[in-house]
Amino acid sequence: MALTKADLAERLFTKFGISKRDAKMIVEAFFEEIRLALETGDQVKLSGFGNFDLRVKNQRPGRNPKTGEDIPISARCVVTFRPGQKLKSRVEVGTAKK
Amino acid sequence: MTKSELIEKLATDFPHIQVKDVESAVKEILEQMAGSLAANERIEIRGFGSFSLHFRAPRVGRNPKTGDKVELDGKYVPHFKPGKELRDRVKENT
Repeated sequence: MALTKADLAERLFTKFGISKRDAKMIVEAFFEEIRLALETGDQVKLSGFGNFDLRVKNQRPGRNPKTGEDIPISARCVVTFRPGQKLKSRVEVGTAKK
Repeated sequence: MTKSELIEKLATDFPHIQVKDVESAVKEILEQMAGSLAANERIEIRGFGSFSLHFRAPRVGRNPKTGDKVELDGKYVPHFKPGKELRDRVKENT
């Protein structure tokens, strides 16, 4: 089972007693503020977790996989995530074969 | 934007919630997310994206100082795939 916004909000309620309504709003706004920052071209750095960076991609040739028709893929900005050292080592240790 | 700036923004968004609760909440959300990945559990946030693990095969590396061969074990690394809404919202800002 994947971790979802509902799981995160539930945890804020059980751990800190933040009301379910507020917990839900905080979780929603947490992701919305990150989207807003990225949308305005601002990098997001969450220490201990990782950085969300923006990369500009040039136009490149592509094709419609269904019809085989050639269509250029327009120039665009994309989000990339670079996990921090702390997250990478937690994942490495957590998933290492016992 | 840094973690502390994110906390300030959320505190402004919700003046009725105590700042210490906002701060605890942000730290706890990130802690849950990191813990979930460390337990090899995916994270799925609709409209934002999903986090999962990708396997890196074992390989022979080199000690850059001495040039000696080093056997490196396979490992898992975190991977983020942006969701449709996030992709569409950042696309135009070239």
